[in-house]
Amino acid sequence: MITTTPEPLEVAASPMERSLRRFRANKIGLCALGMVGLLAVSAVAFFVLDVLGIPWPMDPDATDLERKLLPPNPVNWLGTDNLGRDVFSRLLNGAYISLTVGFVAVFVSLSIGVTVGAVAGYFGKWVDNLIMRMVDAVMCFPTFFLILTAVALVGPSIFNIIIVIGLVSWTGTARLVRAEFLTLRESAYVQAARALGQRGPKIIFRHMLPNAAAPILVTAVLGVPEAILAEAGLSFLGFGVQPPQATWGNIIADGKTYILDAWWLILFPGLAILIAALSFYLTGDALRQAVETRSERQ
Amino acid sequence: MTVFIIRRLLASIVLLFFISLISFFIITLTPGSPYPWGELNPKVSEDVKRVFREKFHLDKPLHEQYGFIMRDLFTGELRSIKDERPVLAKIAERLPATLALNLGALALSLSFGLLLGVYGARHAGRPPDVITSILAFVFIALPGFWVSYLLAIGLVNYGAVPILGTHTIGVTFSNGLEAFLDRWWHVMLPASILAIGGVAVQSRFIRASMIETLREDYIRTARAKGLDENAVFYRHALRNSVRPLITGIGMLLPALIGGAVIIENIFAYPGMGRLGYEAVLERDYPTLVALNFVTAALVLFGNLLADVLYAVVDPRVRLE
Repeated sequence: MITTTPEPLEVAASPMERSLRRFRANKIGLCALGMVGLLAVSAVAFFVLDVLGIPWPMDPDATDLERKLLPPNPVNWLGTDNLGRDVFSRLLNGAYISLTVGFVAVFVSLSIGVTVGAVAGYFGKWVDNLIMRMVDAVMCFPTFFLILTAVALVGPSIFNIIIVIGLVSWTGTARLVRAEFLTLRESAYVQAARALGQRGPKIIFRHMLPNAAAPILVTAVLGVPEAILAEAGLSFLGFGVQPPQATWGNIIADGKTYILDAWWLILFPGLAILIAALSFYLTGDALRQAVETRSERQ
Repeated sequence: MTVFIIRRLLASIVLLFFISLISFFIITLTPGSPYPWGELNPKVSEDVKRVFREKFHLDKPLHEQYGFIMRDLFTGELRSIKDERPVLAKIAERLPATLALNLGALALSLSFGLLLGVYGARHAGRPPDVITSILAFVFIALPGFWVSYLLAIGLVNYGAVPILGTHTIGVTFSNGLEAFLDRWWHVMLPASILAIGGVAVQSRFIRASMIETLREDYIRTARAKGLDENAVFYRHALRNSVRPLITGIGMLLPALIGGAVIIENIFAYPGMGRLGYEAVLERDYPTLVALNFVTAALVLFGNLLADVLYAVVDPRVRLE
């Protein structure tokens, strides 16, 4: 970006540095990123302790019928469910599931979306036309219903859920990458690469993709909570990760029977979903503001 | 205009073809078995399986299956595996309730989204804007089923809001108006919950669109000639930023219909979402194909309508 009044005595910051500076100035974004980090650390810690065989704070699947449906107390910080399982431990277990689903599903959907969008945007003409009509068609489908149908047919398991969510939610990324590529392919360096005789795939992945990285990163971060919410909804309907494996969605689904007696079975897992999704959305929004070049022009 | 509509209709037919392919392939390419009783059930004899396969054309190659399903769908002969009733009739039964719920939610999303977005843009960058922005993200992040349960408890205990079905059971109304109001009274709660996410998404778009418009030259001109800030804002900027209201129709519809699966299930609301959930439970795949196809076609129609409306509202848009 050429500015008419150059900053005196200061080496011009690279776009990356400017973005980072803007992100650091955004307090809400920093808090949200901190929350995401906290969730990730607790999920990983839970996973590691689980692998090492140390049940902390308690074994999420251990039942204790003498201690069933207890409200929050010093031993069970967030109470117990109808089988006497510790809700806090189950929530941590659920965090691990939710984050796994969120990240891996986004990875799947990005891989598809970026490839499809890049091919459409780079080649243009009838390839673009055909691909974008396909994307339009997929976008007409109510996403959650499509996911539910597919998961019901394939059979619910964490692997299937991740694949199905990924397979269904790539259209936004494809559109975005295509739009970026349509402008990038006219740029001088792409023309130069083509004139030097480089091949399509190399130009796409080596030269164009890094220049579209910022908006892709933003959609990726914003895609994680979508996947988390979809998984929670599926689990709630009984088509998510199957019991006894605890997920935020199925703790609520199991708890709804006791809704009038045990509010903690509904409230805490719902709050966990809300906080996790909100942290990702706010982080994504802060990132978007930080990398957006339009706000620099003022 | 007429030329545009005809061209869009032709394009829609192409899209409809893709949509039909996708709805067909979800069912056939997924590894699960189409049998409602499961692939390896020992109690089902080979004969029964053969009869079933023949009846639903599963013994034919894929492209012929596709042909049969589409022919049956369009002639209304596609029948549910569960009760062998025509699928289209089952969908048609649910359509009024679905339309009431989704249009209600759409209207709420658009109107409250507009209010929230305009409010945010009016105070852009200041605390009220920051608060409404965070509120919008909270709304997007709220799981609908969780809100439903919390609200249902509260409203049943402390208010007289109905949380089941489409109308008061066992009451006959003396006139049509009361019956009509009773139905809307039942739609209100599920529609409001369904609309929460839509309000948030819509408010973000309206806010962004307004802030963009406020940078235009004609806004500067209006301010320069000394026009009252309220007049600048509401008379000049607002009118030029309503574009997301219309594009929102096309964007929100799929999300609403998808979200309705869970909400209808919780509130025992007999719409298409619930029909879909029941079909999923019974692995009633002709119904699933038809439902996916019909909802996608409805969304497509909504998009077409939005584009035409867009040109009607905004004279700067030329339909070509």
